[in-house]
Amino acid sequence: MPMIRAEDATKDYDVIIVGSGAGGGQMAFTLTLAGIKCLMLEAGRGYDPVAETPMFQRRDQAPLLGNSTPDKEFGFLDATVDGGWQMPAEPYTQASDKPEQQFWWWRARMMGGRTNHWGRISLRNGPYDFKPKSRDGLGLDWPVDYEDVEPYYTKVEQLIGVYGSNEGLENTPNSPDGVLQPPPKARAGELLAQKHGKTLGIPIIPIHRAVLTQTLDADRLPAVLFPGNAWAQKIVGDSMRARAACFWATPCGRGCSTGANYQSTTVHLPPALATGNLDIVANAHVREVLVGNNGKARGVLFVDKTTGQDVQVNANAVVLAASSGETVRIMLNSKSTLFPDGIANGSGLVGKYIMDTVGTSLQGQIPALENLPPYNEDGAGGSHFYAPWWLYQQAQALGFPRGYHIEMGATRGMPGGGNPLPDDLGNGAYGSRYKQEARRYYGSFMGFACRGEMIPNDNCFAELDNNVSDTWGIPVLKWHWQWAEHEQRMCDHAELTFRELIETMGGTVRSVTNGRNRIEPGGKIIHEVGGAIMGTAAATSVCNGYNQTWEVPNLFLVDGTPFPSNADKNPTLTIMALAWRAGDYLVDQSRRGLL
Amino acid sequence: MSHNFQDQDQYLQPESPSAVPIVVGQTSRLPRRTVIKWFVAVAASLKLGDAQVFGAEPGPGEPVITANGYGKDPLLNHTHNPGDLWPLTLSPTQRAAAIALADVILPADNLGPAASQLRCVDFVDEWVSAPYPAQLRDRGIVLPGLDWLDAESGRRFANVFAGLTLSQQQAICDDICFQARAADELQAAARFFSRFRSLAAAAYYATPEGWDAIGYVGNQPSLTYDGPPEAVLAHLGVEQTVA
Repeated sequence: MPMIRAEDATKDYDVIIVGSGAGGGQMAFTLTLAGIKCLMLEAGRGYDPVAETPMFQRRDQAPLLGNSTPDKEFGFLDATVDGGWQMPAEPYTQASDKPEQQFWWWRARMMGGRTNHWGRISLRNGPYDFKPKSRDGLGLDWPVDYEDVEPYYTKVEQLIGVYGSNEGLENTPNSPDGVLQPPPKARAGELLAQKHGKTLGIPIIPIHRAVLTQTLDADRLPAVLFPGNAWAQKIVGDSMRARAACFWATPCGRGCSTGANYQSTTVHLPPALATGNLDIVANAHVREVLVGNNGKARGVLFVDKTTGQDVQVNANAVVLAASSGETVRIMLNSKSTLFPDGIANGSGLVGKYIMDTVGTSLQGQIPALENLPPYNEDGAGGSHFYAPWWLYQQAQALGFPRGYHIEMGATRGMPGGGNPLPDDLGNGAYGSRYKQEARRYYGSFMGFACRGEMIPNDNCFAELDNNVSDTWGIPVLKWHWQWAEHEQRMCDHAELTFRELIETMGGTVRSVTNGRNRIEPGGKIIHEVGGAIMGTAAATSVCNGYNQTWEVPNLFLVDGTPFPSNADKNPTLTIMALAWRAGDYLVDQSRRGLL
Repeated sequence: MSHNFQDQDQYLQPESPSAVPIVVGQTSRLPRRTVIKWFVAVAASLKLGDAQVFGAEPGPGEPVITANGYGKDPLLNHTHNPGDLWPLTLSPTQRAAAIALADVILPADNLGPAASQLRCVDFVDEWVSAPYPAQLRDRGIVLPGLDWLDAESGRRFANVFAGLTLSQQQAICDDICFQARAADELQAAARFFSRFRSLAAAAYYATPEGWDAIGYVGNQPSLTYDGPPEAVLAHLGVEQTVA
């Protein structure tokens, strides 16, 4: 992936984009294909998924059989390089010593950011999800409706490729006909869960994931996405042709050198670079957004991590897409006489209302899945099925206002790296009996995970820690966190549901059910959103419904920061849809001279 | 992102290591030099080379782990072998006991080769020699456990574990193979056995031969994904619901 050196980023850019992940990648794609000259700054190193992805590596070819370590927290082969929950050069602090009041902040310091390793689950927010406060009086409404975002969901799905089905379920939007790719066939455990879920009223259906089950229709889609623009059509068509369909092997979290799944580095950045309108500087750790006397953003000051020198770059507009936490940090550190508390922070809301996804899980052992004849169940390198939230009509009776979806994993995946036969089931077996029992139980374990909506609260926020700086002298974030009763009750419900489902399948729960203790720490699900919410007024939000900050009209936020709520739906697809919409708006405003 | 069950599943992760170290029973412990003497005595019958036998006596203490980890940006697209990233530290004596024990747990049979043929102890050695907290905790369980195994073999059968007959080895293993049934004074040894079995199996099933042994078929590119075969669907009483 071509990059330029920091000292060569001297021309006058139209737009500087900070961050190269889902939001930054989408913004670069949208703007460069509209003819806008962009400079992208990525805090991590350059990364080439074609050359670096360990696609077929076995666990016995990885140190410690690929298991997690403090250096590689998701295991050795995970596609995150130079990142994780802890990065020595870039610490963060906690306001509380209590583990349940701490936030785990995941960073991916690499080209493409977290899009290299994410789960590729791509769910649309439904109409309810944009107006939660109107429905139950809690949290915050978005200034946009589902109908505002819907065309962009469709465009993103057509560009990145999303498999799934249209089931017409409540607040679980269909995509227009022909937009989704065919879902992969169900795995055995998924079918068993589907069958028994039906008796419990739990709809278990194909999930939506950004994985190509067919090659993209490069002869048709570019014209749909860029009508009347032959130049854009050619670039996007060429990029689509460079991506292969899934070959049904290897875990997606290692990245995908063939481009079968979505990551910014294989889908958004190549066509953006092909326009000739994008320069990328890696190892560019942004210190602050600079403000001119007219109150507008005029550029960015970043540390070139290869030399340690500060570099200033100038542009007519600045887009922050650095991830919620990092965008908050940059904004709060961007202090000036006009913005003494951080850029665009007149409301005092920058850093407030940080959210994550509510997570808890339960595993079961299912005798019906024992001793199955061997067959290849790798599939699409991740989930094929899930259950969308199904109890919207029972919210009052449940005692918690919002919902969760169920993700599930059946386990005929690549073994090794851990004991396949828990001691209690093995009953002390060793020798040939151990090997027989390991084979018997292999594939008979299933996990069910709650991924639920958290309601923003005043106790979850990030601020600058004025006593601690990173390696380059930039003040770090201090996190405040507190789950509320809503989320605890949701976990209680999820665990009871999972127990019921496992037992209905004839199985046995393998771990102790205790929702109060089992809710994952804040940040653990890596869906951090909020921190610079969008709204209808400058006094009560940081940006408007086009991701444009109220106070600095040429400053846009296109990562998760503008989210005023965090539906149970995984946020990445919505980040991309809003970024595309913000990009179109930026182009329009720019052409009208309004930036 | 969402955590991927197939990579995060608890059964693919090492068990939570116990923080309780093995307590070596004072009554059964023999001086290390006695153990080494037995080892040397049986080495010839095991056809081990001298280089593996002599020098077996470790220094005044176990090797201290001083290596760095592989860092946050290691080379992923590369085949790593045990010993490449940090030195292996099991003594030859411990290695001999470990190889023998791994083969008792995972012998050659109709499901596949013995653990020793699949380098399982190399991985165990890499594991207990690693500079990370979880592995250092396991080091505190596995190394004393291997020493105990030889000491117990000496007490019962006047030989090191690797020199025992299979039935003698099994007599010891039967007493420690299941913590829930192990005698009070053998609880620490049973904890060691459990941890060692986990590590050896983790290594065994990470190999292609181990995949065959457990029934994993995958990591192979294919043009289509066909889902479970009819026999599996019939066994489960389900129908494929995706066209």
